[in-house]
Amino acid sequence: MTDAGNELESAQDPRGLRRVVIEPLTRVEGHGKVTLLLDDENHIRQARLHIVEFRGFEKFIQGRPYWELPVIVQRLCGICPVSHQLVAAKATDMLLGIAQLTPTAEKIRRLMHYGQTLQSHALHFFHMCSPDLLFGFDDAVRHRNIVGVIEDNPEIARQGIMLRKYGQEVIRLTAGKRIHGTGAVPGGVNKSLNREEREFLRRDIAQIVAWSQGAVGLIKRIFAEHFDYHMAFATIDSSMLSLVGDDGAFEIYQGGLRARDAQGGEIFDHVDPARYYEYLREGVRSWTYMKFPFISAIGPDEGWYRVGPLARVNNCDRFTTPLAERERRAFVQIGGGSPVQASLAYHWARMIELLHCAEAIGELLDDDDLLGNDLRIEGEISQGRAIGVLEAPRGTLIHDYECDADGLVRKANLIVSTTNNNQAMNASIREVAKRYLDGRQLTEPLLNQIEVAIRAYDPCLSCATHAMGKMPLEITLVDAAGDVVDRLEKRASGEVCAPGR
Amino acid sequence: MPDSSELRPVLMFAYGNPARGDDALGPALYERIQAQQRDSGGFSDVEVLTDYQLQVEHVLDLQRRRWVLFVDASLTAQPPYAFYPLQPARSTDYTTHAMSPAAVLAVYRQVYGQPPPPAFMLSIRGYDFRLGQPLSTRARHYLDAAFTFVRSLPFAQPFDQNGFCKKFCT
Repeated sequence: MTDAGNELESAQDPRGLRRVVIEPLTRVEGHGKVTLLLDDENHIRQARLHIVEFRGFEKFIQGRPYWELPVIVQRLCGICPVSHQLVAAKATDMLLGIAQLTPTAEKIRRLMHYGQTLQSHALHFFHMCSPDLLFGFDDAVRHRNIVGVIEDNPEIARQGIMLRKYGQEVIRLTAGKRIHGTGAVPGGVNKSLNREEREFLRRDIAQIVAWSQGAVGLIKRIFAEHFDYHMAFATIDSSMLSLVGDDGAFEIYQGGLRARDAQGGEIFDHVDPARYYEYLREGVRSWTYMKFPFISAIGPDEGWYRVGPLARVNNCDRFTTPLAERERRAFVQIGGGSPVQASLAYHWARMIELLHCAEAIGELLDDDDLLGNDLRIEGEISQGRAIGVLEAPRGTLIHDYECDADGLVRKANLIVSTTNNNQAMNASIREVAKRYLDGRQLTEPLLNQIEVAIRAYDPCLSCATHAMGKMPLEITLVDAAGDVVDRLEKRASGEVCAPGR
Repeated sequence: MPDSSELRPVLMFAYGNPARGDDALGPALYERIQAQQRDSGGFSDVEVLTDYQLQVEHVLDLQRRRWVLFVDASLTAQPPYAFYPLQPARSTDYTTHAMSPAAVLAVYRQVYGQPPPPAFMLSIRGYDFRLGQPLSTRARHYLDAAFTFVRSLPFAQPFDQNGFCKKFCT
């Protein structure tokens, strides 16, 4: 692994270093900030990503009955509520001793999950029409070329929106409503599709697949425009963790855990997700509340890993759908036999997954099991621990509950995708800090490169709360004595001002 | 711009997370207005929508509106609320998780190639945004004030931005 993973986590002697803080303030909770400690010559001495994660949710659900979990956990996030709903439903299946759902229930849940992943990834497709996403808004040289690519595709923004809308229609019809649906319940689902609903979704699926193909084509062209830059920017060597199917195929709903090292060697494979705690542990650091998961067998220093699209596409042996499989083969070629480690390749992998989800939805819509009436299996509480694991859009998501004999939640631990990527994001920003900031006068465009690195992971910041009127970005320069010597504010409009200068 | 005869009713889009204390101010106002529409036929010239947060697809809801009112909780608004016009503004954020109303208006311009409908922000002052908390006492009072204010808005009348702003903006 690259030494950037831990090298700059703690300065040997932080006294006398200046502190630069990048702090988005749009969220009341769940915001993040980047702290850079500089010495007098502007050399990076320490780099840390703080995500002020709201951990109150575990407390919030203590004492609640297990059957409420799939509904109540959706309050965690307004973007990926379905992932939380499904993983909680899977955990309650385990609680009730149900290993296999009815075909209709499993396929409806899968359809819901593909719809969720499609709509989440579609946001990135949409944002690809903004070169800012990939390069930062001050990278004029690279912008010039990329704008040409975008101008050849004036429909990108609209297609991104329509893809997202389609994914939400899938969710609405499988979950009952678009937000706060109740489709997944312990032991199955509470509704299937009727013929009209199926036809409604079928009507547009060919277009959705075509747009998704276009999305992969677009990111490939963008990547190729500055191939060396994309391969080098924020690149770190890391292990990768994801679910895979029994045959090693790409899998986001049900499968075994696979971890591979930075060279692609097996660390473990086909691990029962309900035993994740035997293979993964959560470390803590004194400077943040957010945990640092690691692979137990390797240890906390070197055992961190990446999750999400990059890990999933690297880890799987194949896709089950033809168009996505063809794109996977093209993708892995750039790794030259090793996993693709470029952080910006997350964007590419994400679009391959978007295409797979579109294809998989199309295949499922031809399956008459979606119309079935056998929705749910009854079970009885057979054990106290309930664990659900699936691949959310941003990566592996784990819900781990302990319930009493009456099915009331005694304890809960949620390891969300962003937590799994915590160390990797820290490593990426350190790589950027070393490469782009060290030894230079601090400027806002340079700091923006750090945001570009973070965006690749698309962190989920428990963001379903917000408050208008605050500045979305604040950079504060503090001297060794703790006095603020400079401050930059970046407003929602992108305007940067320097109060006090 | 579309012909005024094709315009759809004013849209009130109130957003926030109902499970997080005063962040529920937007959805709470949405519910009050919906109840009025249902029970007494009030607010007949307004369509109300709600969601956790704003996202790109909400530009579809803005199409051909006479004007648009966004409603959200705010930690900084002067109590009990602030009301002001919005202008499109592109945003650059490091996560795709939520958008500002100004950014949604900018996306509208990008997608449709024309100016978005006139839009205003009603920011209701909130204080406690913790998970699982009810509306705080002060926020409940400000919700009442915001509801009274919204009732006074001339949703049915032809829209005149200058006159409207002069009369209502804080």
